[in-house]
Amino acid sequence: MVLRHLRARARCAGPGHAVTPLLDVRGIGKRYGSRLGCTGVSFDLWPGEVMGIVGESGSGKSTLLGCLSGHLAPDEGQVIFDTRDRGPVDTLGLSEPERRMLGRTDWAFVHQNPRDGLRMGISAGGNVGERLMAVGQRHYGAIRAEATDWLGRVEIAGDRIDDRPRDFSGGMQQRLQIARNLVTGPRLVFMDEPTGGLDVSVQARLLDLVRGLVREMGLSAVVVTHDLAVVRLLADRLMVMKDGRVVEAGLTDQVLDDPQDAYTQLLVSSVLQV
Amino acid sequence: MDDLRPVATAGQSYTFGYLDDQTKRMIRRALLKAVAIPGYQVPFASREMPMPYGWGTGGVQVTAACLTPEDCLKVIDQGADDTTNAVSIRKFFERVAGVATTERTPEASVIQTRHRVPETPLREDQILVYQVPIPEPLRFLEPRETEARKMHALEEYGLMHVKLYEDIARHGHIATSYAYPVKVEGRYVMDPSPIPKFDNPKLESPALQLFGAGREQRIYALPPHTRVVSLDFEDHPFEPSKADHPCALCGAEDSYLDEVITDDSGTRMYVCSDTDYCATRRDQIATTATGDRA
Repeated sequence: MVLRHLRARARCAGPGHAVTPLLDVRGIGKRYGSRLGCTGVSFDLWPGEVMGIVGESGSGKSTLLGCLSGHLAPDEGQVIFDTRDRGPVDTLGLSEPERRMLGRTDWAFVHQNPRDGLRMGISAGGNVGERLMAVGQRHYGAIRAEATDWLGRVEIAGDRIDDRPRDFSGGMQQRLQIARNLVTGPRLVFMDEPTGGLDVSVQARLLDLVRGLVREMGLSAVVVTHDLAVVRLLADRLMVMKDGRVVEAGLTDQVLDDPQDAYTQLLVSSVLQV
Repeated sequence: MDDLRPVATAGQSYTFGYLDDQTKRMIRRALLKAVAIPGYQVPFASREMPMPYGWGTGGVQVTAACLTPEDCLKVIDQGADDTTNAVSIRKFFERVAGVATTERTPEASVIQTRHRVPETPLREDQILVYQVPIPEPLRFLEPRETEARKMHALEEYGLMHVKLYEDIARHGHIATSYAYPVKVEGRYVMDPSPIPKFDNPKLESPALQLFGAGREQRIYALPPHTRVVSLDFEDHPFEPSKADHPCALCGAEDSYLDEVITDDSGTRMYVCSDTDYCATRRDQIATTATGDRA
């Protein structure tokens, strides 16, 4: 009910020229044997919009993100992505080469632990350049210039370009992972707890950086987190999950300031105030 | 035990070329598939051989499956015919197959090699068999074998260039000097075994080239005249490199050289790594000199 209302609103309020949503998720469900991962999740994501997904541990957030990004195979539902060349396509029906191609061009995935998303034994420049080389860039000078540019944009000093990520701090690793993902100019970014494990001042800088990049590049993003402050800063819209189901969805400020569902109320009131 | 006559003449029954016929059929099927899909690593049921892994068990099995009684075999170890590996493998086939052997490249019909391609150009009626320690070019870049195979299947070779990128970033040039990755017929990226990159241009050859990895149980092949391109960057093109000296023995300037340290004060000389090529050239020089005098 809320969702339908939201869709109507997004269609009116969203960027005027966009006639189809970038991502149209319909009835995604995933079971682990008899246990429920997530079920009946539907939403639209419009170009330039950031969707936050919050909920406690085990509520199905990461399962949902895995299903959307193609890392997990959902049992039911559709994930329709508005591709550049063919228009809206159900990504679950794509062949593996096509899905992997999407995964290194228009899509990006930022892992919670940068070690999962980086090659720790390869220099920062090589990490950023990998996606460029994967899509056919074969000019060393150009790759290096692009890598230098991107390190600058994520506030990593240019003289660290030949250092390996294992010599970087946690915050730098996370910023490097973001640079590595955004270098091919994706249109949709999936983020799984992007600020998890970072201390608060580093978190704040990272969030500021991500917010800037999202605005500047017109990115759409799906951000999974259990940290309400993250969605408050980043997300335009919010979905609250509990036990594999979406219990409430709406504009971020609306949901956080005037929670309707009992669980959301609990969640919002659980945040510690300093 | 020290009877090194061919086993056939020694009065024992032994299958020609050591391997039993079913094994040879299995290897030949793998070879046919490898030739049909140049650069693709075909799995095969590698057998235990009477020598340790790393001594060329893959190459020996491929050679055994290719040999006919009329063949003339040459075995190369790092370019030389007279080092342990070459001598023992040559002896092995003299004993178990009774084939003729030679050290002269043009006389051989089958050449098994470790780490070098002969300097003398090969012909269409010759087979070059390589001993391969690690057939997977993506091995040290992508530790998961399943993922590496998927990358081959989907032609996702960006990672190969990441390795070259790292080389340039660290050393200022592509420092990979042996086992230099190549792309075969615009499709599969292949490890040419640890030959120096000086030999890479010779991979486009009129001879049939077969690669056997015994421990890793893989066979792959380059049919005659297959297009083989060494990977590089537009602004850092591939360069086959060698020591910038002529051979101290035969004076050749076009052959790959070994650096030999001759005393404790660091004096060194550079000599052809291909012993047959060097010896042939020295013979020619000697003959010409005698001819001039006569």
